Amino acid sequence: MLESLLALGGLVLLRGEGQSRGWWGRIKGRLSCKEQWLADSVEWEGRGLLKALIKKSALCGEQVHVLGCEVSEEEFREGFGADVNNRLVYHDIFRDPLNWSKTGKAFPGGPLGILRAMCRRTGPGPVTVALDSLSWLLLRLPCITLCQTLHALSQPNIYPGDNSQVEQVRVLGLLHEELHGPGPMGALRSLAHTEVTLSGKMGQASASILYRRPQQHATLQTWWFSILPDFSLDLHKESPLQSQPHLDPQTTQYLYLQVDPTAHLTFNLHLSKKEREARDSLTLPFQFSSEKQQALLYPVPGQKSHIFYEPDAYDVDQEDPDDDLDI
Amino acid sequence: MFPELNNLLNTTPDRTEQGTLTLLCDAKTDGSFLVHHFLSFYLKANCKVCFVALIQSFSHYNIVGQKLGVSLSTARERGQLVFLEGLKSSIDIFFQTQEEPHPLQFFREANGGNLQSLYEFVRDALKPRDSEETMWRYPVLLVDNLSVLLSLGVGAVTVLDFIQYCRAAVCCELKGNIVALVHDSGDAEDEENDILLNGLSHQSHLILRAEGLATGFCKDVHGQLRILWRRPLQPTAQRDRSLTYQYKIQDKNVFFFAKGMSPAVL
Repeated sequence: MLESLLALGGLVLLRGEGQSRGWWGRIKGRLSCKEQWLADSVEWEGRGLLKALIKKSALCGEQVHVLGCEVSEEEFREGFGADVNNRLVYHDIFRDPLNWSKTGKAFPGGPLGILRAMCRRTGPGPVTVALDSLSWLLLRLPCITLCQTLHALSQPNIYPGDNSQVEQVRVLGLLHEELHGPGPMGALRSLAHTEVTLSGKMGQASASILYRRPQQHATLQTWWFSILPDFSLDLHKESPLQSQPHLDPQTTQYLYLQVDPTAHLTFNLHLSKKEREARDSLTLPFQFSSEKQQALLYPVPGQKSHIFYEPDAYDVDQEDPDDDLDI
Repeated sequence: MFPELNNLLNTTPDRTEQGTLTLLCDAKTDGSFLVHHFLSFYLKANCKVCFVALIQSFSHYNIVGQKLGVSLSTARERGQLVFLEGLKSSIDIFFQTQEEPHPLQFFREANGGNLQSLYEFVRDALKPRDSEETMWRYPVLLVDNLSVLLSLGVGAVTVLDFIQYCRAAVCCELKGNIVALVHDSGDAEDEENDILLNGLSHQSHLILRAEGLATGFCKDVHGQLRILWRRPLQPTAQRDRSLTYQYKIQDKNVFFFAKGMSPAVL
């Protein structure tokens, strides 16, 4: 799963569905950078998956820049070996985002300044930019500015001289979907080339990955996984719905797996052959057949109906006698 | 503190995790019993506590604390408890000239201002002093509650920034804990409160959510408590991610039982 996710550069969006909305996806690529958003939920946290992706990228020789807004550097680096930590550059926004300490250590221009500086990167070589988290930026920066900066970040830099040098840049963003409305989410999704939905059952996490490859149908894959303490992934099985072509979710809203509503019923929904025949041969009471029509139009003579009435002995009303009844 | 709740959370005053953010939230019920629990818990654990109390008076918490076995007056006198009584000190802002920035200065600022003065109050209160360095185990910040800040005109993102600064200072630097209560507005569509609640949920290590019963008020079951563990500090720690219990609050204790297993119906 990691290889396929990292196969295309891009934006991986991790989000959760309903209560547990986390998308995780990562695309590794030899193409130019695309964005990959990771959106998670309160119940299914996405940071572990983000770190697993970062670890994989770092071990492949890429340099990783992390824009850390939500956790401290110490906490983020925890669990990584020295080989990963040496390739990880942590831009610490978390400690003093609003420059209250006035120590002069704050980054000029804030987090946006850092992102813009990353756009002016020098030197070829694959680079992964991880945003922890995209939600933090989206709550504090205008959506349009953020999207424009992310788009600029994803544009490949071509280096003159060596005509094959296209810098590979991958942007991974962690997104807490419950915090944002449909407008900003839609804008970010339009930038993403991979969306991963994080959910789970019985303590087991699953990731539904939607790949949007250019000029191809979108495809959906689902993986069940767990993250080990050293942030490597343990994959268990693939869901029965494998690699199904799927409509672009920008037109449909949900990425849910198909569920058979007639499974696990407590009553019998099916008919046997005998029951079916009996049902078909049944005449409904108000069905107007030709036999009925004949009987009504041509009543059999002598079958006049009679009314037999025996008045009750005690049922005599002096004020309203029965003499006027035609019986 | 409530011993049964300690059992559910698998903690005792002698054995607690440090550097955590615990989020308390209540929906359709009153979750303040959780605040009283943690206040008495951390005082018994010999921690230095900074309590930002914006809802009730000092005497209210003191009376409840005495039922739970702690004296807030004594703790305040010996320097273990720093108590910001929001109801009383908010009057000072309007009727007294302040030489130094007041923790609740944002009352007077247009558009809610920011909570920097409140953060600096908390940081100064919990900063270890040389004389008492070995007296207290670790610092704890307790806030009751954050939703009232939204009612006072502070934006949700401003409150999130305040908590982030507190996390950096209290949890990361001083290896202490933070406990904060946020109301869940539920069906009332309060966007700002939802942003605050969801934003804090993502930063929390432990979430305790007290909910009223879906079927309404009951004499013997006062509500339901959902416990969600997130972000384990040790990745190898194995434990249940989520538990749900129902509870009944009595004068000095809270009894917890599995759903549907209230002693009154058995």
